[in-house]
Amino acid sequence: MAKDKQHQLDIVTKPQFIDGSALKIPMLQILAEDGTIRKGAEQPEMDKELALKIFDTMQFIRILDERMIAAQRQGRISFYLSSLGEEAASIGSAAALSDDDMIMGQYREQGALAFRGFTVEQFMNQLFSNERDLGKGRQMPVHYGCAELNFMTIASPLATQIPQATGYAYGQKMDKSGNCTICYFGEGAASEGDFHAALNMAAVYKVPAIFFCRNNGYAISTPSQGEQYAGDGIAPRGVAYGMKTIRVDGNDLFAVYKATQLARQLAVEENEPVLIEGMSYRMAGHSTSDDPTGYRTREEEDAWRAKDPVVRFQKWLQNQAWISEDEAQKNYDEKKAAVLAALKSAETVPVPHIDEIIEDVYDTPPKHLKKQLEALKAHIRKYPEAYPKTASRIDGGDK
Amino acid sequence: MAKMNLLQAINNALDIAMAKSDKVYSFGEDTGAFGGVFRATSGLTEKYGRHRNFNTPLVEQGILGFANGLASQGSYAVAEIQFGDYIFPAFDQIVNESAKFRYRSGDEFNVGGLTIRTPYGGGIAGGHYHSQSPEAYFAHTPGLKIVMPRNPYMAKGLLLSAIFDKNPVLFMEPKRLYRASVGEVPEEEYTLELGKADVVKEGKDITVLAWGAQVEMAEKAAEMAAKDGIDCEVIDLVSILPWDVETVAESVRKTGRLVITQEAPITGGFASEVAATIQDECFLYLESPIARVCGLDTPYPLSHEKEYFVDHLKVYEAIKASMTY
Ligand SMILES: Cc1ncc(C[n+]2csc(CCOP(=O)(O)OP(=O)(O)O)c2C)c(N)n1
Repeated sequence: MAKDKQHQLDIVTKPQFIDGSALKIPMLQILAEDGTIRKGAEQPEMDKELALKIFDTMQFIRILDERMIAAQRQGRISFYLSSLGEEAASIGSAAALSDDDMIMGQYREQGALAFRGFTVEQFMNQLFSNERDLGKGRQMPVHYGCAELNFMTIASPLATQIPQATGYAYGQKMDKSGNCTICYFGEGAASEGDFHAALNMAAVYKVPAIFFCRNNGYAISTPSQGEQYAGDGIAPRGVAYGMKTIRVDGNDLFAVYKATQLARQLAVEENEPVLIEGMSYRMAGHSTSDDPTGYRTREEEDAWRAKDPVVRFQKWLQNQAWISEDEAQKNYDEKKAAVLAALKSAETVPVPHIDEIIEDVYDTPPKHLKKQLEALKAHIRKYPEAYPKTASRIDGGDK
Repeated sequence: MAKMNLLQAINNALDIAMAKSDKVYSFGEDTGAFGGVFRATSGLTEKYGRHRNFNTPLVEQGILGFANGLASQGSYAVAEIQFGDYIFPAFDQIVNESAKFRYRSGDEFNVGGLTIRTPYGGGIAGGHYHSQSPEAYFAHTPGLKIVMPRNPYMAKGLLLSAIFDKNPVLFMEPKRLYRASVGEVPEEEYTLELGKADVVKEGKDITVLAWGAQVEMAEKAAEMAAKDGIDCEVIDLVSILPWDVETVAESVRKTGRLVITQEAPITGGFASEVAATIQDECFLYLESPIARVCGLDTPYPLSHEKEYFVDHLKVYEAIKASMTY
């Protein structure tokens, strides 16, 4: 076949359109739905301690999600967003990283944060926007962040973290830190311009970044196939941008773990950015403000319940005789008690002092903000009953 | 007449517009069969089909780029941005394209058929990414119209005007009032003039100017002030761009005082524009400095929402301060 010298392309002499279906990316699965290793698959190395830590985190997140949805229904917090059904995706990937790799999440990755060691008290303080919240009570519930655990604070505007991950990873590369950045987002967010900018730049600059798309089938009410995208999902976009890409069963802890391990190696050792698409399902509503019965069927949800990532991993653990059903239940009950206790206690902690309203807009509050704060305080003193959360502590009991 | 809340009035306006012309399209994130996260577009897919009311992929710059193209083709594009806070990815399409289409092409092309609907404002425990009032960013751009209704009656008449107006219109809906504001709304088609302020309550002592959700705060403050014997004239500006200088100036010439309330931060806000213009127009009539009651120059904080919010008490204090200046 003749070659075009400048572009190094094969030349054809008849028109040829390449159909999208020519590139159908397969999905890696290692752990079958019944908790056994799939025929032909190789179980990744994982010692008992790590396996149990992963399971522990999974159980904790299940309880946290369940309890906080209930707390929202009781009007104790304003909003919550669960990761039901996607625990393997976030925990399995976080487990394959080094603790000093950066995590940039979307908002459904509480599992990754818990795996890093964010405590139940820290979760609760954020959820209740109290004065112990590391984010100082400024953002809605689930917008966690923790510098100590290398978990970038979540922002609500979707996809903005994706190009930031490219930039962060570029810094890591230039510093020769030996670390990478993992960036999570949904298949909906992957429609945003930011996603495309991020992948293109990451591939061009060859940065140590892992882009982890949680394809859970829905962006609020919009189904992914046909309304979010046409074609074969998110993975082919990685290929198109010139990036190593893999699609995994996002409900399979081992597939996620193995793929992320290999991705980390590529990122850190060869500065190859990687795109991972984890195929999963959002088992709960989008958030507590959403009612999924308005746009999908019970049967569809039930079908996915059979693929439950936590049950699947537990079966495998039981097959190893690393945990028994009774032990799992006992751990579950203990964690539930801890979650309830932390919830009760965080609820009674006051909101941040009103003085904090002007902090962190800049490194130090400029004059005009100080003046605005003083005017606000004078107003609150005049109408203490209208601002009950702050009035009593405005003078005296000050920070 | 029928009792409708603000969402129902908007839905009703969309329904009437889509029935009136099959060139009207409604689209945005989750706006299809589900009817949008606030349900403003519910029922439209059933009635007009999924080619006229539909979900878009999750990309605001795409939604507005698409809407600009569709409107330039001669259609009426009604694009929803799910929250005003998420309009910024589409900023370039709106500010550089929608606003300048007609001017830059010598009117060879225009996007007059474009309407951008978006919920704005706080008071819903939304933190700083579900509470912003971004009207001032857009008011700085010639070529756009900006409208902010305060109740269901206004919303329906203004939205129908906006959709068929010959200019791109940014239609900002006060989400705190979506269900809270209920009122009598004619079932048939009617329109309200864009660019015209509405005198909500006449009074002789002081003019209180507001728009959108803040009108309610102005009215409540005026009620409090009435108990002190202060007679407020309350004006709803309705249209931010172009805005009704004449109605406001006329009122201020009568009362000699002006308090402007605005939910957004004070610096660079639209209240500042109004203050400067009215000072120009009415300098010799003013009995006290024009006062602005606005949000602080900080992002909207979740845990201090109540303190941050421009409530009726803050407006009332400003009225008293102006009266005793
Ligand atoms: C720029 C922007 N537009 C819209 C929204 C509103 N919004 C919040 S979550 C969401 C859906 C996200 O779907 P996806 O990325 O697939 O993640 P999932 O919720 O399914 O995990 C939307 C539209 C937003 N937060 N930011």
